[in-house]
Amino acid sequence: MSDVHVENLVKTYDGGQVKAVNGISFAVEKGELFGLIGPDGAGKTSIFRMLTTLLLPDSGKATVTGLDIVHDYKEIRSHVGYMPGKFSLYQDLTVEENLSFFATIFNTTIEENYHLIKDIYIQIKPFKNRRAGKLSGGMKQKLALCCALIHKPSVLFLDEPTTGVDAVSRKEFWEMLKALKAQGITILVSTPYMDEATLCERIALIQSGSILSIDTPQNIIKQFPDKLYSVRSDNMIRLINDLRTMPEVTSVYSFGDHHHITLRDNNLDGLLQELTEKGHAAVDGKPIEPTVEDCFIALMKNANN
Amino acid sequence: MRTLRFLLQKEFRQIFRNPTILRMIMVLPIVQLIILPLAADYEIKNVNIAIVDHDHSTSSQKLIGEIGASRYFSITDYGSSFAQSYELFQRDKADLILEIPQNFERTLVREGHENYFLAVNAINGTKAIVGSNYLSRIVNDFNANLRLQLLKQPLSTPPQAIEAAAINWYNPLLNYRLFMVPGILVFLITMVATYMCALNIVKEKEIGTIEQINVTPVKKYHFILGKLIPFWLIGMLIFTLGLFIVARLVYGIVPVGSVLLLYAYLAIYLVAMLGFGLLISTYSNTQQQAMSLAFFFVMIFLLMSGLFTSIDSMPTWARWIALANPVTYFIEVMRMVVLKGSGFADVKLHFFAMLGFAIVFNGWAVMSYKKVSG
Repeated sequence: MSDVHVENLVKTYDGGQVKAVNGISFAVEKGELFGLIGPDGAGKTSIFRMLTTLLLPDSGKATVTGLDIVHDYKEIRSHVGYMPGKFSLYQDLTVEENLSFFATIFNTTIEENYHLIKDIYIQIKPFKNRRAGKLSGGMKQKLALCCALIHKPSVLFLDEPTTGVDAVSRKEFWEMLKALKAQGITILVSTPYMDEATLCERIALIQSGSILSIDTPQNIIKQFPDKLYSVRSDNMIRLINDLRTMPEVTSVYSFGDHHHITLRDNNLDGLLQELTEKGHAAVDGKPIEPTVEDCFIALMKNANN
Repeated sequence: MRTLRFLLQKEFRQIFRNPTILRMIMVLPIVQLIILPLAADYEIKNVNIAIVDHDHSTSSQKLIGEIGASRYFSITDYGSSFAQSYELFQRDKADLILEIPQNFERTLVREGHENYFLAVNAINGTKAIVGSNYLSRIVNDFNANLRLQLLKQPLSTPPQAIEAAAINWYNPLLNYRLFMVPGILVFLITMVATYMCALNIVKEKEIGTIEQINVTPVKKYHFILGKLIPFWLIGMLIFTLGLFIVARLVYGIVPVGSVLLLYAYLAIYLVAMLGFGLLISTYSNTQQQAMSLAFFFVMIFLLMSGLFTSIDSMPTWARWIALANPVTYFIEVMRMVVLKGSGFADVKLHFFAMLGFAIVFNGWAVMSYKKVSG
């Protein structure tokens, strides 16, 4: 049975003018690490707030651990852990006080579920008498995760946990999530970073309140319709402008220090030659494996057409 | 109950860790209670008077001497012409100008009456009216004495047919502080309770901790009680400090009536005002909004409570506002119990009114609090 079940969920703001969540459906299996991937403003936080019973949906249905988010909201609150995108623990309480406060209001103790948080808590334990407001960003995030876990939730909701966190801490954080998953906790995580998508078991790509695709990251990549190439030259700005005017190039976008393109006839050599004739120097190109971001852009383009 | 205990524990920890709040609780009320009543004094002293004496007679000298001897007036200038003194008026150096005409004494003796000219600077209305009244009184006394002396007239026809003698009840010496200190204490309690309660809850909204609490099984009434109880206790503490330390030790005010009755009323009053703070917090998302909203209402509460101006002399519409103002009732109860020694029967209606405020504010706040967090 799925732990989180969402059906045609709709949420609008400002009297229906702003559609934040536009009829979304998905299901998360028990013990799954599921990612909601999408840019800022895609509606990820609204979905999380509805599933954690902080926000009422306009229409649609959703259940968390089999409980309805509208009617059984009180029951749900004992079973879920929620870590909002913004650090929201008591800054004037110490690390330990925050943790024991959240343990007690869930009618449990730190000792009872210590095994769940042990690996994470051990890293912030040296600072347990420091006030939460004085912790560094990465430590705040670990504390928040501990507080969300201390009552042994069945489902863990993590809203953009890695936003604003350095690369090393991000990597660590995903390791922690894997360990939690091994304990059987269902985890729903949202992130705007496409490179984190492959760390999830399944992902839903979201854009403007609608789901573009739901699948495993591998399958989403497999479904990329065309062959993808990356090209570069000595003048990248001129290159992208030239590529856009060429009829055989079906899509082009800048991707770090390369441009990613798809071709109508997949004749890369012909294209490279043409570019050299146009006066580009050091022209280089090769076929590449698409990433989730490439898929996202392709799907977004289709959806807009 | 267990949950509530931990919520309270958390709340007190936060309060005692915040030096600003502690200072606000302890120092502010005491300092204000010592400063405000001393400054907010209705008694008009130091009315500056400029005198233009054209007569220079014994009588005019005597009159001036009597004015100077009065503790209400300080003579700032002896001018030779009205125009000269008028300049002092314009520079706000004088509040009154008394012009004594030439031949003041002679006319007075011969014809039995004489006029003097009094100009009043009415920019400060109260000072002007009270000042000119004081002066007329001095002149009347002077007049009566003069007639006795100069005309050697026996008091067959007394100068005034009926003389009223007034006795001031409850505050025989018309000690202004006796009246102001209890009122200001009420006002301080109001301010601290409303502001601190509203700001504290809105702070949780601002930081986002309220959401974190909302996803826990903590019940709404637990959360609300967890906020109200600490500030209720703080309100009680401030009142005690104000009543026993400042009012008694500094001003020597000992309530004539029952202290227990005061505390009973305070208990309900605090519930009402904390409910009001809660209400403000449900309509604000930032501390700035809460502060502005609370400031707006507390200002109206203060000015329309009868603390400074008598409610009876307000226009009818304003009296209705004063009646809808919880501060009015507590100030009245305070003054009645402290000065007059009123018992429960005398303030029964006040009790009912305050219970009404407590129910309306808290009920409204709880209802709108639920709606917002859905």
